[in-house]
Amino acid sequence: MKALKFLLVGIFFGIVLVKSEAVSWYRIYEMFKFQSFHMYGIIGSAVAIGVIFFLIVKKLSLKNISGQVISAADKEKNYKANILGGTIFGFGWALAGACPGPMYILLGTGVFSILIVIAAALLGTFVYGLLKNKLPH
Amino acid sequence: MMEYILQPWPWYFSGPLIALTMILLVLFGKSFGMSSNLKTICTISGAGKYADFFKFDWKAQKWNLAVVLGTIIGGFIAVHFLSDGSAIAVSENTIKDLSALGFENVGENILPQEIYGWDAVLSLKGMAILVIAGFLVGFGTRYAGGCTSGHAISGLSNLQLPSLIAVIGFFIGGLIMTFFILPLLFS
Repeated sequence: MKALKFLLVGIFFGIVLVKSEAVSWYRIYEMFKFQSFHMYGIIGSAVAIGVIFFLIVKKLSLKNISGQVISAADKEKNYKANILGGTIFGFGWALAGACPGPMYILLGTGVFSILIVIAAALLGTFVYGLLKNKLPH
Repeated sequence: MMEYILQPWPWYFSGPLIALTMILLVLFGKSFGMSSNLKTICTISGAGKYADFFKFDWKAQKWNLAVVLGTIIGGFIAVHFLSDGSAIAVSENTIKDLSALGFENVGENILPQEIYGWDAVLSLKGMAILVIAGFLVGFGTRYAGGCTSGHAISGLSNLQLPSLIAVIGFFIGGLIMTFFILPLLFS
């Protein structure tokens, strides 16, 4: 039942994102219009706690439940891909009002038209895989 | 207590709980990144036949698919058992701006009927909006190497410069869409 703890983390995350309203298209629009602190508060406080967590992890060489020292892998340094891909992602995020986490959560809330967005996101990922070697990285 | 749970949660409660989600996954020996699942599902569907990018042992990602399944269940639980039906309390300015674009009942549902309602979805324009939006999210996230969870939350928490650059990209795209393209699509 190794999967159970991950299922529970997912359930927790789904509940948090619905209750925080971060799954709402309106909140994303409002964020990009700088008309409320709400989303900045959510992301900012999550990151602030995350930074403190990783500082403590490194300072104390904390171990995960398998007994290995936690070392968060460095992200690949493909700055061109980061900025170009990020911008493309931003277009989609602001239009759909949903990123890959909320897409699934919204399905659970009963918005079945989100399945079209999920299917198109899978297609987008597939096309990226086809074109990867031809894109600037 | 229950009253507070049923109401929408403030940012200073929600943000730390999102951090807790990431922390739990790291303590379980994994990392927080939702968009990887899109690649995994492509691989399971046989995308490896068309591009080497999809040739990897997807079984190593089963844990993340369990997270996805959980998020769907979590979304269901949240709306059916943990909500008091409050509207999304967006700002007055947001309501005003969206009304000018023809959006009605702003905040009454989680998502606008003008984009996600079946009347909109079953029109050519509405269908195109959802397909293009989803495609851009799927393409962009893999190109950028992560999404909001992988870059904005995990990457920034770990002081990763690539993540900061990706997040700047998220905002360049999001601002152009919100300020310049949405007004062309809805008016």
